Amino acid sequence: MHEMTLVAGILEIAEERAREAGAARINTVTVEIGRLAGVEVSALVFCFETARLGTLAAGAELVVREIPGRGLCPACGAETEIDFYAALCPACGGCLAVVGGRELRVACLDID
Amino acid sequence: MCDTCGCNQPPDAVTYRKPGEHDHPHDHPHDHPHDHHHDHDHGGGRRLSVEQDILRRNDLVAERNRGWFEGRGVLALNLVSSPGSGKTSLLERTIRDLRGEMPLAVIEGDQQTLNDAERIAAAGAPVVQINTGFGCHLDAEMIRRALTDLEVPAGGVLMIENVGNLVCPALFDLGEHAKVVIISVTEGDDKPQKYPTMFAAAQLCVINKTDLLPHVDFDVEACKAAARRVNPALAFVELSATRGEGLEGWYGWLRARRAAAAR
Repeated sequence: MHEMTLVAGILEIAEERAREAGAARINTVTVEIGRLAGVEVSALVFCFETARLGTLAAGAELVVREIPGRGLCPACGAETEIDFYAALCPACGGCLAVVGGRELRVACLDID
Repeated sequence: MCDTCGCNQPPDAVTYRKPGEHDHPHDHPHDHPHDHHHDHDHGGGRRLSVEQDILRRNDLVAERNRGWFEGRGVLALNLVSSPGSGKTSLLERTIRDLRGEMPLAVIEGDQQTLNDAERIAAAGAPVVQINTGFGCHLDAEMIRRALTDLEVPAGGVLMIENVGNLVCPALFDLGEHAKVVIISVTEGDDKPQKYPTMFAAAQLCVINKTDLLPHVDFDVEACKAAARRVNPALAFVELSATRGEGLEGWYGWLRARRAAAAR
């Protein structure tokens, strides 16, 4: 249940940036979560709805953009969408390097 | 609010102790949002680009820990597994066998008790016990704080025994050189498929309690194949920490990694 730790990080970043911009409130917080990042999106949203209370984001919606996993084959150069159950290149069977899908990022805010 | 993660704990919930010492709580390593109350409706407001990593604070402290290790030529390993896989038994045995060859120090992570630290101290290594309260993982700040109170000789090995949990510790960089995932043959051989994030993050997989193989339905090759599908570069060592078979493979890996860290 590390999602609450992540939500604390999301809110800290969101409040810091919103305050710098002179915001009275945060309407939406948009995050990018890679599918290989080990995060359960429903748990993240659940935690956010509790943790946002008492912050600038008290009434904010959490928008989650999921980023698909991407693997690059160093042997044949093929790039393919992956989950952890297919870490081998479908074209040549080589070991794929993970080049996308581990993102954990606050992308943007909508503020008033 | 959250009884599992523990990030809403009071400031003194995480404790750092050594065997034989009194409790001395320290500052809570996480910041929390301050209270603000606003009544409002939703509306189309200004869009503000942020593009910031959620784990930036942890990752910055992890980089600082990494520099601490590199400056001293210390090999730091993050041992992760389910509860009961034999992490502490493997450490006790390793300390007793390698004490004369390489200095070892240990950071123990558990929600409660000093039990593991007492076992490590009895085996002969300096140790700090972090009790995370309700927390489900160690983070980089906890390691930074523990290092201020632990003798880790230059050129030695720091073993960080994480909270028994195959999920959350995968996400938190502590500044270690490598994660070592431990699985015992009394668990299911499909664990790498069930918990792929941890097996993908690890560099070495220790398969422990091999002395029990005749009595359990655990297919070593199936387990390895499942782990390789997640992480083709993963190395394996099969051993029994209590009986001693296979330990040379583990010690060989440690020696090679220690030599690389000292360069």
